[in-house]
Amino acid sequence: MLARRIIPCLDVRDGRVVKGTNFQGLRDMADPVDLAKFYNESGADELVFYDITASAEGRSLFTDILRRVAGEIFIPLTVGGGIRTLEDFDRVLKCGADKVSVNSGAIADPGLIAAGARKYGDQCVVLSMDVKRVDGQFRLFAKGGREDTGIDAMEWAVRGAAAGAGEIVLNSIDTDGVKQGFDLEMLDELAGRVSVPIIASGGAGRMEDFAELFTHPGVDAGLAASIFHTRQVEISALKAYLKELGVPMRTQVRPS
Amino acid sequence: MIAIVDYGVGNLFSLSSSLRALGMETEVTRDAGRLRSAGKIILPGVGAFGDAREKLDGTGLVPILREEAARKPLLGICLGMQLLFDRGFEYGEHPGLGLVPGQVVSLREDLEDRTLKVPHMGWNSLDIVRDDPLFKYFRDGEYVYYVHSFYARDCGASTLGVSRYGNVAVTGAVRNGNVWGAQFHPEKSGDAGLRLLRAFAEL
Repeated sequence: MLARRIIPCLDVRDGRVVKGTNFQGLRDMADPVDLAKFYNESGADELVFYDITASAEGRSLFTDILRRVAGEIFIPLTVGGGIRTLEDFDRVLKCGADKVSVNSGAIADPGLIAAGARKYGDQCVVLSMDVKRVDGQFRLFAKGGREDTGIDAMEWAVRGAAAGAGEIVLNSIDTDGVKQGFDLEMLDELAGRVSVPIIASGGAGRMEDFAELFTHPGVDAGLAASIFHTRQVEISALKAYLKELGVPMRTQVRPS
Repeated sequence: MIAIVDYGVGNLFSLSSSLRALGMETEVTRDAGRLRSAGKIILPGVGAFGDAREKLDGTGLVPILREEAARKPLLGICLGMQLLFDRGFEYGEHPGLGLVPGQVVSLREDLEDRTLKVPHMGWNSLDIVRDDPLFKYFRDGEYVYYVHSFYARDCGASTLGVSRYGNVAVTGAVRNGNVWGAQFHPEKSGDAGLRLLRAFAEL
């Protein structure tokens, strides 16, 4: 049976992981390579890297980090942030990314999803969307959640999946950072509309939030950043807990 | 040296780096001489069956692969495994290399539960059905990473391992003589995947 996935997300700016990191025992708690290795050993099923750098210098630092991580971590890597063209796809795939996450770039150029899927396959294109309730509608936001596009988010998701997005990351702006649980209502709505895997993002605060998330059959994975970085929730403990509850989880078997 | 066949299909970064991490000498090549002098060959691949078969034909390496598969270990991964079979039915019918008995068919058509998602994407446990040196460092039921919409069926005694997806036993690993295949990506399957690659490298 296919396991549900637990995915830590690393926001990287100027070569460093941002968002409260509070690691002990690591050589450098904000070093993305160290953090990636730590997550790999903790049993993370996948890693997501977002490049939130604005400068060209930061971008080249990011690709360098990506190459180092991909050379040492052998689980799927998704990369997003500033993906606007097929050349951007190419740049991160050459550094070892397996999937490319598009967000504002696809809003600016809706043809980007289809072009990426045609060239690299559906499995390579992840549509990431920031969504907020506005006037009783699930509204798509751009530019890191700062700009209301006026677009119906559910229709956007349906179009994205039809164009070839192989997975959708749904980040609820309404629950993001609140740590009161995932936005189950929004996720259920999406699960009823698309048949591609759905990754839930925004709102995880405790292990119980993941347990509740995975009672929803349409959700494939849970993504979080700060609760993992601060070790408020340990991935290894979280997976053991979920497995105990009967959620199918990949557990690491280390032969003696 | 392990030769990774370069025929313009898929990203070979993680495959090369995982073999390097295991301390194996590897070379990504489309040179017939290098495939002949290699100790082992890996046939990778991502994409669609017919297109990949055309690209492989375009390299002129098919006769070399057939010859070499008779005398040294060859491992097909993902679409590279699918090409090993007799036939593939992705966007029409295409001939495979015929190195392992079986055919590659649509997973969607064989799934009774229409709510199951295709591609079969993510971590699934691999149940060993026939023991093999490939599993020297691998334990029955360990999780491996899959991304695919078509799967191999009717593989007979070649089947080494399967993963359950709904009513379908997805063929995960096969072997016929010197030829092995993995539908999942060992180079993306964490420690368990690296151990499979190590066992292959040590064959």
